[in-house]
Amino acid sequence: MASPDPSVTDRVRALVAAHRGDRGALLPILHRIQAEFGYVDSDVVPVLATELNISRADVHGVVTFYTDFRAEPAGRTVVKLCRAEACQSVGAEQLVAYAERTLGVKVGQTTPDGSVTLEQVFCLGNCALGPAGQIDERVHGRLTPARLDALVTKAVDA
Amino acid sequence: MTTPVTVYVPRDSAALSVGADLVAAEIERAAAEAGRSVRVVRNGSHGMLWLEPLVEVVTERGRIGYGPVAPEEVGDLVAAGLLDGADHELCQGVVAELPWLRDQTRLCFARVGITDPLSAEDYVAHGGLTGLRRALELTPAEVVAQVTESGLRGRGGAGFPAGIKWKTVLDTPGELKFVCCNADEGDSGTFADRMLMEGDPFTLIEGMTIAAYAVGATEGYVYIRSEYPDAVRTMRQAIAVAREQGWLGGDILGSGLRFDLFVRVGAGAYICGEETAMLESLEGKRGMVRAKPPIPAITGLFNKPTVVNNVLTLASVPTILADGAAAYQALGMERSRGTQVFQLAGNVARGGIFETAFGMTLGELIHTYGGGTRTGRPVRAVQVGGPLGAYLPANGLDLPMEYEAFASAGAMLGHGGIVVFDDTVDMAAMARFAMEFCAEESCGKCTPCRVGAVRGVEVIDKITAGQDPDGNLALLGDLCELMTEGSLCAMGGLTPMPVRSALLHFPDDFTARGKPSTGRYEEAKTS
Repeated sequence: MASPDPSVTDRVRALVAAHRGDRGALLPILHRIQAEFGYVDSDVVPVLATELNISRADVHGVVTFYTDFRAEPAGRTVVKLCRAEACQSVGAEQLVAYAERTLGVKVGQTTPDGSVTLEQVFCLGNCALGPAGQIDERVHGRLTPARLDALVTKAVDA
Repeated sequence: MTTPVTVYVPRDSAALSVGADLVAAEIERAAAEAGRSVRVVRNGSHGMLWLEPLVEVVTERGRIGYGPVAPEEVGDLVAAGLLDGADHELCQGVVAELPWLRDQTRLCFARVGITDPLSAEDYVAHGGLTGLRRALELTPAEVVAQVTESGLRGRGGAGFPAGIKWKTVLDTPGELKFVCCNADEGDSGTFADRMLMEGDPFTLIEGMTIAAYAVGATEGYVYIRSEYPDAVRTMRQAIAVAREQGWLGGDILGSGLRFDLFVRVGAGAYICGEETAMLESLEGKRGMVRAKPPIPAITGLFNKPTVVNNVLTLASVPTILADGAAAYQALGMERSRGTQVFQLAGNVARGGIFETAFGMTLGELIHTYGGGTRTGRPVRAVQVGGPLGAYLPANGLDLPMEYEAFASAGAMLGHGGIVVFDDTVDMAAMARFAMEFCAEESCGKCTPCRVGAVRGVEVIDKITAGQDPDGNLALLGDLCELMTEGSLCAMGGLTPMPVRSALLHFPDDFTARGKPSTGRYEEAKTS
């Protein structure tokens, strides 16, 4: 097995050190790794296991359990569309189908040029102003195809 | 120099989702252009979400509201006299006098929308800390007794009496105890936890501190789902302010009480809203459900005695201590006491937060306050209590909003979320979605849930495709029974509820049709 890049190992160790006093620190650490690298590389699993004195299987199990932790980097813009019941009642499924059509990818995929990753999400807590979606960090409500196009274009161009 | 006009523009993420940040910036710009001095305060949302972004201007008559305000309308509004509370087609009048707000009994949400969520000064000026100060005058056992006598039940959905849970933790000896707040609000149609954390975070901190005092805990965690980045940010800022104020830390309000609080962020797993899965997640593990017993009150976080309550349960505690258990107990009906924060969502004309005593009927909430559907079409189905709650037909809305009335109707009040569907909804598709969602979100620990949900999708597909409908309906019935009886937690155990209620009330939707199962909404809109 290839050993991870020493600089990556050092950065991961520094993130672990920042959470040394926290109880059950694996999730906060993984969030930090995800924020810093954009994904959780399989190479960091053994580093975390050693640093936290738990098995690699335990770390792998946690990384793969949670949707937020990506195995590979996402596109430059991440579009999440809510498919939960409240948004479905105002046309979320049609909006998802529209996004798949116009972006040319299915939910869970990234456009070939790496610009947009389209994902589904179950509830953004914006259930009275659906259909709701999240583009990068910002939640948007009352989405229509036209509004979605405008927001995605703006995010991609930014 | 004249006194600046105070203008409120919500910072709630629902308001932000429809442009509140832009509106706030436009107001500053337009006011400067008009040579007017303004002080823009970013408040929580009043919960009248159809009016967001709702701009309020402080006048001699009170806070005058304008909404929904689009960023591009701000210039004209300011020119038309918004800063003086002038009349306009978007003017809603004095916000506090609007029937939607006037008719509520706001205890949990008393300050939400009114104050600056991160202003300690506002918090105290509007009655904050009264409950905690009162609690500190009592013994821990007396505080627990107050909560028990109030009749407060867990607002997360299960409705377990909070006082009994607290008493178990108090009576369990332990050097280290925890208070954990379940803010993993993953149910579709619910957003009250988020709005409280974004709109009045100190209330939750105060409620958790009272809980800590009552049971002898020194450490607390708020577990917030990662889909709520604004709530995470606001809670963390509020905790920092609370520490500065001496509301958290080693000597709370000079009483010697020691309690500190930390925010932990989920990572996209619906199941972590189940309390034992949440505890596993807080421990840094996969969010796998634990078998009960042992119960978390005795063997909870890191196997220590732990109070686990929902945001609204804990946020109801300060008012109970401040005004007394009897005042709280006087509200509501039967064994559902106090108020519940109902959330109107989905295809509804006026969606948002409606806090009222238990007992109002579902129909009154939807029609009188919610104004029927947003599309203007007839209501066909209503799902109450999240993705695991039952679908009720339009002629079954005379149910009082109360735990036992819902249970006896084969439904569930849950967290008080109400999702409205119009007559274009395909209920077989919704039943299929319930199974699909369970398959996606099951933690996988028990077989009825992990495998049953996958089989559920398949068998519903066969039914709607017209393959041996009678045989497959019988099979679906068996599967639902097995999941209900055999699952480890409510995820697998309650997924059959939406499925069975859809079958019961909307059987025709399941019979083979010429049309595909999606697209009816679009057809209806264009027809």
